[in-house]
Formats: sequence, structure tokens, C-alpha cells
Amino acid sequence: MRKKSTRIRFSRRTLLTGTLGAAAASLNARRVAAQTPAGVPSRFGRLPNELGVRAPLEQPKRLPSPTSSRTPLQDLHGTITPADLHFERHHGGVAVIDPQSYRLLVHGMVDRPMTFALEDLKRFPAVSRICFLECSGNLVRAGGEKTTAQALCGLTSQSEWTGVRLATILREVGARPQATWFLAEGQDAAQMTRSIPLEDVVQEAMIVYAQNGEALRPEQGYPARLLLPGFEGNSNVKWLRRIELADQPFMTREETSRYTDPLADGSARQFSFVMDARSIITAPSYPQAVQPGWIEIRGIAWTGRGRIERVEVSTDGGSSWKAAELQAPVLPKAHTRFRLLWRWDGRATEILSRAVDETGYVQPEWPALLAARGRRTRYHLNPVTGWRIGADGRVVCGIDRVSA
Amino acid sequence: MLAVAAVTVVAAQTPDRFGFGQPAPREVIAALDIDVRPDGTGLPPGRGTAREGAAVYATQCAACHGAKGEGGAADPLVGADPKGVPPFGPAYEQWRGNRPDVPFTIGNYWPYATTVFDYVRRAMPPTAPGSLTSDETYAVVAWLLAQNGIIGEDAVMSAETLPKVVMPARTRFAPDDRKGGRTIR
Repeated sequence: MRKKSTRIRFSRRTLLTGTLGAAAASLNARRVAAQTPAGVPSRFGRLPNELGVRAPLEQPKRLPSPTSSRTPLQDLHGTITPADLHFERHHGGVAVIDPQSYRLLVHGMVDRPMTFALEDLKRFPAVSRICFLECSGNLVRAGGEKTTAQALCGLTSQSEWTGVRLATILREVGARPQATWFLAEGQDAAQMTRSIPLEDVVQEAMIVYAQNGEALRPEQGYPARLLLPGFEGNSNVKWLRRIELADQPFMTREETSRYTDPLADGSARQFSFVMDARSIITAPSYPQAVQPGWIEIRGIAWTGRGRIERVEVSTDGGSSWKAAELQAPVLPKAHTRFRLLWRWDGRATEILSRAVDETGYVQPEWPALLAARGRRTRYHLNPVTGWRIGADGRVVCGIDRVSA
Repeated sequence: MLAVAAVTVVAAQTPDRFGFGQPAPREVIAALDIDVRPDGTGLPPGRGTAREGAAVYATQCAACHGAKGEGGAADPLVGADPKGVPPFGPAYEQWRGNRPDVPFTIGNYWPYATTVFDYVRRAMPPTAPGSLTSDETYAVVAWLLAQNGIIGEDAVMSAETLPKVVMPARTRFAPDDRKGGRTIR
């Protein structure tokens, strides 16, 4: 009898916690965490339910601004970004698209202009691809030493994307051989458009409808987006409504006045799609603190030009460099985990990382980038960054490396 | 060419066509095909001058972009300085001296006038994109070009004239030719 009543009480309590929302649950968990001695068995927990939630004391958050939100790189351990923490950058807010009425129009230099419903896209042979997506405006230089990894360069995230190969769709519509570019247009309020060089992307480009195994999040282009592994985020057009094949670029606003690179010689580089190699140490990083002794330095590296060849880490402000361990498998155009064991002697120093990709490209220091691009450079900035560690163990951003 | 090669690989194991999707009727394509290209393809019938565009700009754009296009909550649109020189690079640095930096604008950084029409029509104003008539769009584009000193107050912008406007930044852009490797560019 007694046993039964206990069980009922638990169930009701569990139910209450579930319906009262995260705030109450989090408060409870804090109390439990503070009061429960180690090793004491949990009380009988809640029964299986429909939708899981994070542990109450594990609440990573994106860092939003009016134009974007950033992935909490310092809170993540692997290489896949949980879908709800994937960075956002929109030009007309998050579009609301009805999946029932959604159609993708493919026309232009094709034999058979066609529209495809979401269900049509899903009927084609599917492929999956793990790759990073990074905004080409992914460097904040003005943050000061209290800059987190997230604030510094959190406009990069990684997912397993699933969809149909663009080549499959192009075959279905009978793409003509003269077609060398295509326009990708979104169904968002900005009807955002980019011209994409067909030959450069046709082997890998996809129209994806799933992210990490489930339907795309609305902010990632639900119900379908373009995926161009290695290409700057903006060209991976979300809420993809239309593809128009042509024999030259369309010269849209986002590929002329935006996302172009003013150079030191007075010319401007256009269609600089491929994201250059880059790395960031995510631990230790601001605002973490460390103690003398063994520290595993951890971070991610990535390149739009293929695989990461190696990541070098300096623990003495750049005087010497050691190769970090890379976590296998090292996938092309993908975030790659690196780790280096380091025994900190307790003296103030700065730790740095630099990525080397399979083409031999070495992630540059800020002065080298500045010399090549000029003072008014705006996009595609991938300088070596570091973290200064004080004798007290406090870690701050080595922002002066990129603020000159 | 590569497209054909990639398609062949798929074709070895799969049918030539799956038969999924629907043929796109002409009117469906026409309704969605709103892009305007540098040669003028896609420009609708209609006309407008800067004089006419001033009123459109004042009611539709000025709240965010400033009364004269100088910028505000949204980007500056007007600024032709320095004349004949882009707002970056050696000539600019020499011209600038101790002046504050000038913004990147339609007048000094946009290479095609047709892009202004395309962008205004597809995305502006942000609260009601596509709400301007073709005449209003031509007129407000004319106003922006005139404010930047590129055309006169009474120059008529239309499907015929807009593609002929030569923008100051027309020849400044070159496609990316980097392929990786050691050089930082």
C-alpha cells in the first residue's frame, strides 16, 4: 500500500515539474545539485516521454544580435552543432513557409522547367553530408579582452545534412550544356539571391531538407535550402524557392555591394566563395579559469578547400608551435577537433592555434591578412587568434592580435 | 561540362528521369522570375525620373536611410567621394589624409545600376517588399543614381536606359582566382 502511494506522488510531481516549465525545473535542479551528496541514488524518475530536454544545469545558448546569433563554441565538445544552437544570419528574418504549398521552381537554360514539392524532393535518391557552414563575416574585432569564442567567431556551425544532389535535379529538368551559372533565390522577405558557378559546385551541391536527422529548423531554411560544402554561408540560400540556370552571373546585391573583398591594390574581389582554413581554441578560453598542471587545449579547425592537414598550437605566444592531435575521422570541409596536452607551469602566457589545410595554406596572422587585403577589408577574415592566461589562471581573449 | 560528367555517374545506376515534380507553367515562371540582369533582362515596362523619385524616397526609404540617403538605422546609400577612386586602396588612402572614412555606397561601390532596381524591387521596403509599382521603382532608383551624381535630375530611367548607366565602380571587380596554397591573398 505504502509503496503504491509513493509511486503516485512521484508521478504527479514529475508531471507538475514537466508542465511548470524550464525555470521551475532548473531551480529544482540547482537545489538538488547543491544538496545531494555524491553517489546517492536518484529518486524514482519520470517515465519515458515524447520529447527530451537538456539537463537543467546544461543550458548552452546562442548569442543573438539584431542581424545574427552565434553558436556557443566554448560549450560544445564534438563537431556536430545541436540544431537549436546552429548560428543564424538572416536578411529578412526567419521565413515562415507552409510545407504543403512549398514549391521549388527550376527553370532557365533547361529543357523542362519544373516545380518540385517537398515530397517530390524527398522521393529522389537521398544523400547525407557532414560539413561546416560559416558566415563570411565571422570575426568580431572590437570586443576587447572579455570576448568569448562564441562572440569572436561563433558564426560557424556543423551539421549532418540530408537531401537530394543538385545534379539529380539538374538531370531531371534537362540542364543545357551552355548553363554555367545558376541563380538561387530564397522565399524569405528579402527574396535573397546569389549566383553560383555550376562547375565549381555540381559534384557536391545538395538541396537539403534535413539537419542532424530531422527536418530543417525554420531558421536554417525550412523546408529546403541549398547546401554548398565549403562555400560561404550566404551562398547556401535558405527557404530555396527558385533556381534559374544561365550562362553568366546575375550580379545581385549580395555578390556586388556585399560579400566582396576590397583589396589593398584598389580592386575588389568578387565571388570569393571558398572559406579559408581557420581554427579556434575553445578551451581554455574566456571566461574560463585554469590551474597549474595538466591542461588539455581543445578546439576546432576547418577549411572550405578540403581536409585539415594539421593544427599547430603555441603555448608561448607564438615563439614555438606543436602539432595537435586531430580527432578522426578528419572529413573534408568539416569542423575537425584538435587537442593538445599541455603542462602549465603557472606563468602568464598566451596560447594560439593555426590551421594548415591540404593545399598547404597556413592560417595567417592578422598583419599578413591586413597587408594583403588593406585596411577596409570586410569579409573572409580568418586570422590566428589566441587566449592570454594570467598568473592567476584567468583566461582572456588575446584581442590585440586582431585589433591593430 | 563537369555537370555532364557528374550526371553520367548517377545515370549508371538510376533511370534517366524519375518523373517526379510537375512541368512549370509559363505563368508560374513569369510570376516568380523577378531578377534583373546587367543587360536589362527582366526589367519591366515603366519609367521614372529622380524628380519623381524624391517623393517615393521620402515616404518609403528616408525613415531608415536618412533624408538624403546619408544613412541612419539602415545603410548609407549616397556618397560619391572620392571621385573616380574606390573607397579603399592606395589612391583612396592618399585622398583621405586626415578625413574620416567614407562609407561604401551605391555611388562608389555598386558596379551595376540594374542591381539597384533588382534589390529595391525584391527586398524594399523591408516591411512590404514588392509593394512599389514599376514606375515608383524606376523613379526611386533614378533618385538614388542622381543623388550619387551618376545621372541628371530629369534623366528618364526605363528598361532601355537603366542598363546603359555606367556606374563608377563598374570596372573595379575581379573574380576570385585563389586556389589555396601558401600565399595569403
